[in-house]
Amino acid sequence: MHPLFLFLSFVALLSALGVVFAKNPVHSVLFLILTFFSLSGHYLLLNAQFLAAVNIIVYAGAIMVLFLFVIMFLNLNVETEPHKPALAKIAAAVAGGSLLLILVAALKDVLPTGVATGTPFNSQIGMVDQLGLKLYTDFLLPFELASVLFLIAMVGAVMLGKREAGERNF
Amino acid sequence: MFELPALGWQSIVIFVVFALSLLIATYCTYAERVIAAFLQDRVGPDRAGPYGLLQPLADAVKMFTKEEFFPGGANKVLFVVGPCLAMITALMSSAVIPFGNTMSFGNNLFFLQGIEVNIGMLWIFGVVSLGVYGVMIGGWASNNKFSLLGAVRAASQNISYELAMGMSLIAVLMISGTLSLREITLQQSVAGEWQLWNIVKQPIGFIIFLVCAFAETNRTPFDLPECETELVGGYHTEYSSMKLGLYLFSEYVNIFVVSAVMSVLYFGGFNFPFQYELRDWFVSSQGWELASAQNLITLLGTVGLFAKIFAFIFFFMWIRWTLPRFRYDQLMRLGWTILIPLAVFNIVLTGALILFGVI
Repeated sequence: MHPLFLFLSFVALLSALGVVFAKNPVHSVLFLILTFFSLSGHYLLLNAQFLAAVNIIVYAGAIMVLFLFVIMFLNLNVETEPHKPALAKIAAAVAGGSLLLILVAALKDVLPTGVATGTPFNSQIGMVDQLGLKLYTDFLLPFELASVLFLIAMVGAVMLGKREAGERNF
Repeated sequence: MFELPALGWQSIVIFVVFALSLLIATYCTYAERVIAAFLQDRVGPDRAGPYGLLQPLADAVKMFTKEEFFPGGANKVLFVVGPCLAMITALMSSAVIPFGNTMSFGNNLFFLQGIEVNIGMLWIFGVVSLGVYGVMIGGWASNNKFSLLGAVRAASQNISYELAMGMSLIAVLMISGTLSLREITLQQSVAGEWQLWNIVKQPIGFIIFLVCAFAETNRTPFDLPECETELVGGYHTEYSSMKLGLYLFSEYVNIFVVSAVMSVLYFGGFNFPFQYELRDWFVSSQGWELASAQNLITLLGTVGLFAKIFAFIFFFMWIRWTLPRFRYDQLMRLGWTILIPLAVFNIVLTGALILFGVI
């Protein structure tokens, strides 16, 4: 196996464990950011540059900043979270375990492309132009629907941010 | 003729760009004082060395020898990680900027650019969006309410202005059709054609990008995260010694990089007017070889790019010593209710102009 792959997987697994086991929620968020970075590294190894960059921009650059923003406000002085009841812990363990089972069941028959199926692996599939062609020909309707959804969300955010008549915020 | 493997050449370019970023950031601190003095009709720094040129050195000695102070209750690891992250993210984005056209030695062609990737614009955008982590982590780890408020302001300001910045970049992407910064530069000047720089095609987009660049680099009039009239020192209230130095320094590196990006995207990058005519004149009238004439044009283009960058850096400082700071609600209102709708309008306008074949 590629040494970079091993290194990135090591970092990804270790930081993913760190997300779960860190006592301080801010540390959890920082570990999650590190996990996203190692996943982006995996995308780069697969020659999917666009996906790698977008993963960093959207998750590490925007969503995680918001997470950190909220958590900094919530846990200003509390070092540890209050303990959850035992029932919640058991329920979480069962739910997580069944998700793991489903993932293992779904992925156990997967073969690497080009090994047994005979499909040649296209190394350029992750490039921007290839991805764009695919999105705008084969998947045009779902893509456009998703973008309309995002546009609605953005208009909604601007509406929420607009000042109401007669309101003073400061 | 000497030969270099491609990676060797790239690492030289990366090292030179790294050294240049630091040198320019160092002398930005000097330029800031000189420009402030000029705008306020003062003398400015003139004690250290001729014309005060050794002032940055004196500042560095001062920064390094000051007491290193850790506030009580601070998160020690993250308190150190904060300024390091600010500096790292500031230095990362210059890797994909094309600082010059090709140089040819014998049969080998070299790009005056760290890495040429076809996602250059996305790389810049991604690294810029990461820049806020240094400020946020440092501000939170200080265990000080003013630092925390500064960090929170930085986060919300950064996210708000990133949207408008991304949408102004999309308009550039629509007219260029590529994400590679090198390709975008080359498209802005074609031999034998009357090709205009992107600023002519994207005036609204450029203004949006410029305003967002001020907000993303935390410069006045958008330096709310370190607003000293409200928050003592903002996110770096508790910082002293070289850790404070790294924060201040990363701001100047950011200004340098964002100026370079603006020059590349909107002001033709390393192109300058009549470069092909000049090259042909060297070949036809002076009897030069085409390759050496091209090398000369490349070097002149790099000088031109740096002239554009310095002009933008001067503009940043000019604004800082001219305009007062915005109030926080004004900043948010400008971002969400003016710049974002304007950016959407710019995208629609660009699409319509492309559809009707105007640009």
